Amino acid sequence: MPEQALSGVKVLDLTWYIAGPMCTKYLADFGADVLKVEKPGEGDPARRMGPFPNDEPHPEKSGFFLYLNHNKRGITLNLKCATGKKIFKRLVGEADILVESFSPGVMERLGFSYQELEKINPRLIMTSISNFGQTGPYRDFKMTELVLNAMGADMAQHGLPDREPLKRGAYCLQHQAGLIAAVATLAALFTRQRQGFGQYLDISMMETQAGTIDWRSMTVLTYLYTGERYLREDPRVGGISILPGGGYPCKDGFIWCLMTVQWLGRLADLLGMPDLPQRFPNVFDMTRKGELDAIFMEWLAERGKYQASYEGQAKRVPITPVCTSEDLLNDPHYNERGLWVEVDHPVAGKWKYVGPVARMSETPYQLRRRAPMLGEHNVEVYCDQLGYTREDLVRLREAGVI
Amino acid sequence: MAKLPLEGIRVVDLTVVWAGPFATMLLADLGAEVIRVETVHHFQNATRGIMAFPPPILYQIPMGRDYYERDGKDEPWNRDAMGGRQLRNKLSCCIDLTRPKGLEVFKKLVGISDVFIENNTARFTESIGITYDVLSQWNPRIVYVNMPGWGMSGPHKYWLGYGVNVEATTGHTWIRGYPDEEHPLHNTNVFHMDASGGGTAALAIILALYHRERTGKGQYIDIAGAETAVAHFPDPILDYQMNRRIWRTIGNRDFHGAVQGCYRCRGEDRWAVITISNDEEWQAFSNAIGNPEWTKNEKFADVISRYQNHDELDKHIAEWCSHHDHYEVMFILQRAGVPAGPVIDHDEAIKDPQLAYRGFYEVVDHKPTGVHLFPGVLFKMSRTPLSVRTPPCKLGEHNDYVFKQLLKMSDEEIAELEADNYVIGGTAYLPGA
Repeated sequence: MPEQALSGVKVLDLTWYIAGPMCTKYLADFGADVLKVEKPGEGDPARRMGPFPNDEPHPEKSGFFLYLNHNKRGITLNLKCATGKKIFKRLVGEADILVESFSPGVMERLGFSYQELEKINPRLIMTSISNFGQTGPYRDFKMTELVLNAMGADMAQHGLPDREPLKRGAYCLQHQAGLIAAVATLAALFTRQRQGFGQYLDISMMETQAGTIDWRSMTVLTYLYTGERYLREDPRVGGISILPGGGYPCKDGFIWCLMTVQWLGRLADLLGMPDLPQRFPNVFDMTRKGELDAIFMEWLAERGKYQASYEGQAKRVPITPVCTSEDLLNDPHYNERGLWVEVDHPVAGKWKYVGPVARMSETPYQLRRRAPMLGEHNVEVYCDQLGYTREDLVRLREAGVI
Repeated sequence: MAKLPLEGIRVVDLTVVWAGPFATMLLADLGAEVIRVETVHHFQNATRGIMAFPPPILYQIPMGRDYYERDGKDEPWNRDAMGGRQLRNKLSCCIDLTRPKGLEVFKKLVGISDVFIENNTARFTESIGITYDVLSQWNPRIVYVNMPGWGMSGPHKYWLGYGVNVEATTGHTWIRGYPDEEHPLHNTNVFHMDASGGGTAALAIILALYHRERTGKGQYIDIAGAETAVAHFPDPILDYQMNRRIWRTIGNRDFHGAVQGCYRCRGEDRWAVITISNDEEWQAFSNAIGNPEWTKNEKFADVISRYQNHDELDKHIAEWCSHHDHYEVMFILQRAGVPAGPVIDHDEAIKDPQLAYRGFYEVVDHKPTGVHLFPGVLFKMSRTPLSVRTPPCKLGEHNDYVFKQLLKMSDEEIAELEADNYVIGGTAYLPGA
């Protein structure tokens, strides 16, 4: 197997749910040896989240959990008891990176602050991901995807002006927060590689959103430059030309088309209507927008989203399908590029997941293993690696340590 | 004295619009020397504003509103928020890559650099002749990134499309919006693939640099902006496979059974969001708002019935919120252990107590627009603290530094190339750019 960028890098992963596991997933996907530490009994609460096959909840069948934890090994460990803490410290001693996403204060109370762990492993890189950061008036506040949308300064600009602001789809901002945490963690690893020291990273999910560049940061600066707030606007009004711009229904769903003012000729070519420019001599006469839209939609009504896109693209008209999840899985482009990896799991079954998000020529993404079952690598880690006997393992389980 | 994480790493930056500049901003924030290679001959839409020379009418429409002072005078390309947001900590020089003499200078720059990144269309580097095949000959250790919307392979490689077009193919457009008949036609523009693309490119580059430090080898990296975003929406893809359900929009509601929403508060266009995930949070919520009679209704007594009576529950919650300030909602409910928060508007973001305490917004003195607060760095590192070190770079601001100091070109050579209709150099777009 080709080598990977992070081969040999040991990550001790205490994270739960989405952002933390997504951070360590990026590391695992590119070769790091990520050891996921779960609470004995229940494990990562993400195991409770659907979707489940046939809507039958089962801790080893959560699609939510499976994707986020590819390429990781998993053990169970009780961090609250003395024996568990001792074992944890041994693992810290051998780790390059520790990632945790508990509420601020938990690690201190467990005796695992960075100051303490640094004594065991002076070169340790410790990444703490939290809702609002390790400090500040909101330090103990709770967060959900919806709250992150609202407080990441992104939601205010999205939605229609006379209705409530809208969050983004699904749980993408927590996945994004995990990505940013991975970038920071790798920067710390590169720093250690070249300068020899570890350090502590304080990642606030709120800040990863407030700092991301797109509308939100532009509108903050616009307000500071001009005093004006960028309010929510209806995308269906305020266009400057009659050329198609927006979502349009087609035979089997929707497409998106956005054309600039000079492209009426291309549209004419696409629709097979060479007289279109004569029929619509003034592209800024918005009273005729409905008319041109109707002509376009008649053409679309006879074509599925992919067919319309292929025909449009062939004539250099920017039409793309509005993809459902079914479309994504069947999409010829993603399939040819190998975006989907099929992963088999002895309990959950075989499903397709996103695989390589970056194609690196020397150090590619690899799917090395599926998500771990609860405590799956206890024997491998406690016995083979740490030297406990199998009888010890039983005793540790009986005493509630693992 | 510790050096910044990417200090000493030189990045040749041909990025445009958002995804690419976000990646190079992350690298610049981490201390890399990011050199934007721009040109006075061609104004790239949506990177330093909408047009090189905006006519006054442009300031009236949404896309043109982000210009400082909106007077069209004095280099508008250095005074707009679209650029201002991402140009900090970066350098700018001007080279015309469409002419052989410009390419020669560019080649020298690549020869002394570590990273090359661009996110134009798939055709861009091919048409100019600066693909990885070429640059790796100039510099075998180069880490090279192409990040077009759909990647550098596959049947859609040469598709034409704007951010909205790419976003539509990520699956995000379909599952985001109000749960109405008019979806997706009334969707406002959101580009998650800019956030995911920028982050993924920065990630891949640092991975490659780490690998190069161990092996001496550079490499080629192909990133499809769309794919980086698909990676952030696993749930609908698995639900379709596992249960043949095709997700549609549910507005601000939750697929996992929590009751939640966005509720209007006191004041103009002020909103708060609240999520109640389980019985414990429901009890906490009821207590926090004073246990009004309606909370004792059987309809809201358990997890299932709350979800089934979501509409009616929303009405009650909205009623309560309408009598409160949106920040007040957060303080009252969070104190009780209920996730809640204000929808923070941009004028509020700079005053938010948490962001202020954390010093997130930084004071930056930017000559073209004056002294302002700017959004700061996305993470905090204990031994290599990061900050906005230099203000947004002006067009061609570092021509001298790049050509004289880095490339050691003579004054005569530089003057000759400048005089030849700006093969290199210049700080103002030419008419018609």
